[in-house]
Amino acid sequence: MKAYISSAITISPQKTFKNPLFLDEVEVYTDNRLTCIEPDYSEAIDPRLIRRMSRIIKMSVASALACLKEAAVAIPDAIVTGTAYGCLEDTSVFLSNMIEYSEEPITPTAFVQSTHNTIGAQVALLIKCRQYNNTFVSGGASFENALLDAMMLLAENDNSNVLVGGMDEITDMSHIVLSRMGLYKRKPASNLDLFKTASKGTINGEGAAFFLLANKPSSRDLACVDAVTTFYKPTDITETANYIKTFLTTRAINCSDIDLLITGNNGDTKNDEIYAQIQTSVLADIPSVNYKHLCGEYPTSTAFAVWLGSNIIKNNAIPDALNFKPISKSKINKVLIYNHYQNTYHSLILLSSC
Amino acid sequence: MDKLIADLKEQIAAQLKIKNIEPSDIGDDEPLFGDNLGLDSLDVLELIVLLKQNYKLKVSNAEDGPKVFQSVRTMAEFITANQTQNV
Amino acid sequence: MNTAVFVVGMGAISGIGNNVAECLAALTNGGMGIDKIKHLPTNHSELLPSAEVKLSNYDLSVISGLSPSISRTAMLSMIAAQEAWDDADIKHIPGLRTGFVSASTAGGIDKTENFAVDFLTDTRKGKLRDVINHDSGSITNIVADKLGIKHHISTVSTACSSSANAIIYGARLIKHNIVDVVVAGGTDSLNRFTLNGFNTLMVLDEQLCKPFDENRKGLNLGEGAGYLVLTSARVVSLLKKAPYCALSGYFNANDAYHQTSTSPNGDGPYRAMSGALAAAGLQPEDIDYINLHGTGTQNNDISEGAAIERLFQSHYPKMSSTKSFTGHTLGASAGIEAVFSTLAIQHGVVFSNLRLQKPMTAFSFAPETVLSRSPDIRNVLSNSIGFGGNCSSLVFSKV
Repeated sequence: MKAYISSAITISPQKTFKNPLFLDEVEVYTDNRLTCIEPDYSEAIDPRLIRRMSRIIKMSVASALACLKEAAVAIPDAIVTGTAYGCLEDTSVFLSNMIEYSEEPITPTAFVQSTHNTIGAQVALLIKCRQYNNTFVSGGASFENALLDAMMLLAENDNSNVLVGGMDEITDMSHIVLSRMGLYKRKPASNLDLFKTASKGTINGEGAAFFLLANKPSSRDLACVDAVTTFYKPTDITETANYIKTFLTTRAINCSDIDLLITGNNGDTKNDEIYAQIQTSVLADIPSVNYKHLCGEYPTSTAFAVWLGSNIIKNNAIPDALNFKPISKSKINKVLIYNHYQNTYHSLILLSSC
Repeated sequence: MDKLIADLKEQIAAQLKIKNIEPSDIGDDEPLFGDNLGLDSLDVLELIVLLKQNYKLKVSNAEDGPKVFQSVRTMAEFITANQTQNV
Repeated sequence: MNTAVFVVGMGAISGIGNNVAECLAALTNGGMGIDKIKHLPTNHSELLPSAEVKLSNYDLSVISGLSPSISRTAMLSMIAAQEAWDDADIKHIPGLRTGFVSASTAGGIDKTENFAVDFLTDTRKGKLRDVINHDSGSITNIVADKLGIKHHISTVSTACSSSANAIIYGARLIKHNIVDVVVAGGTDSLNRFTLNGFNTLMVLDEQLCKPFDENRKGLNLGEGAGYLVLTSARVVSLLKKAPYCALSGYFNANDAYHQTSTSPNGDGPYRAMSGALAAAGLQPEDIDYINLHGTGTQNNDISEGAAIERLFQSHYPKMSSTKSFTGHTLGASAGIEAVFSTLAIQHGVVFSNLRLQKPMTAFSFAPETVLSRSPDIRNVLSNSIGFGGNCSSLVFSKV
């Protein structure tokens, strides 16, 4: 089952939204926190409706609406989102108010908006989409589950389409808490140098990305999603390698068929060791690029990777931002995304030219 | 009363995060829940908390909301009437 | 892809019982679980009746085998999922790909609340172990690890319909041949965040809730977890016991009316119910019992009732809201009610809708006020309606 990506839109720490150029310049960060570059929302969202929306809701709703517009779809047949942490800012606001006012009556809006399915629901409400609406909060496999759900829906319903998105936001509270857990580099350098020195920790990232997937091709398709799979807490590298090998052999794919591998390296020595081992065994000799120096590390970063991979296929070009050594192949037909989030959830997403 | 009405407009705009309209542009008798401001049932609850936090007044029943929150003036009248009673 | 999906195991914990047998006993003898709050430290303990599971965190940790410092949400999930998994008696079959699809609205926020109290005074304070399982996905992982399930792990969160969508997703993973067996349902513990959240919405009844009563004042919150074990006909043929029933139909639709309220004409619930019936190949008159969403709020009961009136017209089946026993367990409710729906078929019983004194005048039907038994409960419809207009219906059928 193939899913045609008829549009892909992301708001990210790079200039990716409403930018006809594909990563022609790289936003440089010297801190360990990458923040999304947000557009002026007044064009994208009715100002009367935007007033209750927190940052992640605005970024996501703007991406979703732009994605539908780009695909010339008024109302999709389903909306599926994936977010590990959901609307964190609203959660913090309500939690802080509740504690500050010692459970005395406080305003309800932040509570309402903190619900994990708020984004999918807001998009549905704005465009009056009365169809299937689901939200996954599966940590580092949240976007992958949303994508899998979308692929299953397309297989179940002839001639249909699905709006699928992945999003997570950094808040001041979450950045402090996750920093205390030791996730990020103590002495961050430029994000451009993320992979140059071996050290502990990564850089924090965020983003919202939406895709309009259809089970029929259209003239505007960027690429296709051929397959998505996740696997959970492999006991060792052999189990990881075996899983990847099975994924490829059941689809009759050789490594030589894959033109580009997008890996989830994030600059943390221990984290990146897994990719190194896989790239010298089951995925050896495939030209590869990293992407987390552009968007940072976060549980739904593979949504950014799918945006990246599908644009690479569409443009048949790899932007300089990815520090890629030129290869001999003239056409990029197959791109495999391999990511793991803290070695808990691993995922494989296979993209191809349509 | 005029001061109270002006204060209320500022407080309502801030509480409900109304950004596209200046507080002073909200008419004294303009329906709060008409098309113009686009307020809804969730805003009623926000306004109930506003009255409690800023004026120590309790609207105990969500269904009383529409009467009290018809316009900025009806809110001001509710505040004046109930605060006087308390004195 | 049209593989039938069967229910072969179930587990539940709620305010009316710590396992399926206790819940069934309470449902049949009118044992209600809503009371003053005893275990959750909150200023509202005397004022807002809720249906807590009648066990302390320490007791739950002993039963679940998890550390007492772990979120109550995980412990409730562990107990019910383990019961379902053991009940299915399926793990001896070699080579099965097993999934765990769990739902939750608030995950480990009961612990985050404790963390935040210290953190807000000084950002260097607060025990990290209290916030590490904040997200619902982490709660699922804890339980999956202890169950020894790893083929496909997934967490769903769509407010009050969460676990219905987890069950739907689990069934579809089987139909698409991604897993052979799935434990699917949901969990939520009572916590201050949610309790105060619903209180700010002014939808909590300060007395015992009265779903579908003309004079209903709102809902009572509850907590718990409920899971089904679902599998295909091929695996059923390898099992020693017959399945309880089939999950014959399901449907999710969005009301797209308002973030927190459902449309007065019940468009979303109507489309969820009619979609589920169509998927099951059934007519409205084939339904013998509806386990209502029936929260007891003004808005829900009007909306759900309007949808039922439109869809069933003169063929009203028996119906009841078991939230009058368990309170509204949010992300767990559809999982718990899926277990209750299965019990209705297995035992030929229709549960009562407690405290119904004056049925809503807007409708020409009324929920059941007494328990009834009928050997032939063939098809049961279970409704769930959540924030963001998320409406899901499940149909369970006798096999």
